[in-house]
Order: sequence, then C-alpha cells, then structure tokens
Amino acid sequence: MFTALSEWSIWLVPALLGLIPLYGYWKKVPVFETFVEGAEEGLRLAWRILPYSLAIFVAVGIFRDSGAFLMLTNGLRYPLEATGVPGVVIPLMLVRPISGNASLALLADVLRVHGPDSLAGRLASTVQGSTDTTFYILSIYFGSVGIRKFSYALPVGLLGDLAGMVGSVIICRWFFG
Amino acid sequence: MVNLIWLVLVAAGVVVAAAQGNPQAISQTVAVSTKGAVELAIDLAGIMAFWTGIMRIAERSGMVAALARVLAPVVQLVFPEVPRDHPAMGSMLMNISANLLGVGGAATPFGLRAMRELQQLNPRPDTATPSMCTFLAINTTSITLVPTTVIALRTMTKSSNPTEIVVTTILATLCSTVVALTLDRFFRRRQRLKRVET
Repeated sequence: MFTALSEWSIWLVPALLGLIPLYGYWKKVPVFETFVEGAEEGLRLAWRILPYSLAIFVAVGIFRDSGAFLMLTNGLRYPLEATGVPGVVIPLMLVRPISGNASLALLADVLRVHGPDSLAGRLASTVQGSTDTTFYILSIYFGSVGIRKFSYALPVGLLGDLAGMVGSVIICRWFFG
Repeated sequence: MVNLIWLVLVAAGVVVAAAQGNPQAISQTVAVSTKGAVELAIDLAGIMAFWTGIMRIAERSGMVAALARVLAPVVQLVFPEVPRDHPAMGSMLMNISANLLGVGGAATPFGLRAMRELQQLNPRPDTATPSMCTFLAINTTSITLVPTTVIALRTMTKSSNPTEIVVTTILATLCSTVVALTLDRFFRRRQRLKRVET
C-alpha cells in the first residue's frame, strides 16, 4: 500500500496541472490571465519572507560554524546515549526544528557513514521524515502576514517535535530491534 | 521567545568563536548564509509564483470551494472560527494534502496563502489567532504519508529497503501530531477561560 502511495504521489503534480486549468477553461475562467495574476501574488510572498529566512540562516550559521553547536552536542551525548539514542543522531535532532537543509545534510551524513540500514540510519530517517522545521516555519508563516506575537504556537510546535523524536526512538527500537 | 532563541544562537556563537580565537569563522558564515537566504528566496519565488497562479485558477473555477465543501464537516471541527466557505479553508486543505503526500515544494505556497487569508479574520493583526496556531500545529508536525526526500536519500545511499522507514515515520508523525493537537486544545481552552475572566 505504501509503495502504491509513493507511486501515486509522483503523479500528483502532473494530475493537478492537467486537471485545474482544464476545469477552469470548462468553467469559462480566463486561465492565462488568472494564472499570471496569481503568480504575481506568489512573487510578492516569496520576496516578503526573505528577511525572515535571512535572519534564521545567519543565526544558525553562526551557532554551527563557531563551534558552539559541537559543544552542545558533546554535552548531550552521554545522557542521551544512556537512554538508548545513538550519539550520531543527536546533532540531527537538535537542528531539525531550526533548519531543514542542515538537518537533511546531517541525515545524508549519517546514511553515508553508518549506512541506511543501521539502527542509526533508520532512526535518523524516521526523525527527519516525521518532524519539521518548526522554528523556521513559524517565523516565515507569521512573518509573511506581519504577526509578531506568536501566542502559544512555538511551544506547541516544539513539544510536538519532541514527541515525534521520542516516538521515533521508541518505535525504531521496537520495530528494528 | 523567538527573540530570545535568535539572540542565544547569535550571542553563543560569537562568544564561543571569540573564546576559541576564531573570529574569521563568523564573518565567513555571515557571507555564506546571507547568500544562501537570497538563493532560497529566488528558488522559492519561481515555484511559489507557479503554484499560486495555478491555485488562482482552481479558486476562480469553484474547484477549491467544492473541495472545501466536501471536507468542511471534518475541518470545521478543527477550525471552528473559520467560516465554512472562507477561502482560507481551501488553502489550508491544499497545504495539508501537499504535506501528506510529501510534495513539500507545493505545500509552502498554499500555507503562506492560508496565513494571509486567516489574517483577514484576525481582529488583532499583530497577534496570532487560535486558528493560525492550530493550522501551524498541524503543519509543523507534518502529517506525512510519503517522506519523499528521505526515501530518495536512502535510495541514493543504496539501502536494501529504502521504504522500510515509511511505517515508523507514520507512527512517529502520529505521536507528534496527536501531542501538538492536544496541547493546542489545552492552550485554546485556557486562553478562552482567561478572556472570560477579564
């Protein structure tokens, strides 16, 4: 069933792309002009999120390249390994809520060094797939509409990620032994 | 909270770099990461303009409204403040579907659009509404059925079974989504009670 789903997801984009304009034409929508009008709105949105991604990229970069990140990882290694988390997955877990590209790079590194079929490789894959860049998404999404008070969205998202990671560890250990 | 996290990341980085006598790391990083952000914006601009263009057609033809009508009973339970036929419903549904199927590139344009439409219902434009918080709780814990990027990476590194992590990913995603939605309900209720008291 899952392989069928991934097969199907490849067809999603072409299907949408065929279906929506044809249906629009049938409903007498001026498809070209409407597309251009919508595209202009998209361009404005992409431009508006630039300052937010810039702020986050720089902060994450400084934290990582200064060596502060390595210190944090080393500090957490012993207590986490005692609870059954492979040490090599810790950097990925720490970075995951903040930067999607950085965590993807860390996943690639774990897969390359330890192999995709090791416990570390499977756990890293599960963590990457089941959680998201919460911190980044919130600042971009709220930033794009000018919201500065996030209410309770950040703790909810980060605790959700934490639950996903704890769940990943338990499920992977149980599933892959 | 965001202010604090951002400050800690920057300040801790600068302090550690200084302590290790490695100040040039900072200026290098600043140059590289600002360039990265601009490149991302340019990459995103194309795909984003494309999907918002397609979405505009879907919306004007009445397709989004039809989809939203079908799913309205379920979505209304989760977003009680959003009117049934509001355009935000359609955008949120498209965003969630795109995430579900692992079409990440398509999800962001729909998500940002949903935020703009939710903002129209916001009585205090600088503060997040409960609907926004719920939407982002669902979005950030990303209900994913097909983690396409991860499967691609595993295939590239020659896994004997690249899709074996799909089941564990769905189970772990379920953990994060259930916890986030439960917390969201809890905070919602608390906020409502607070408003009644004052």
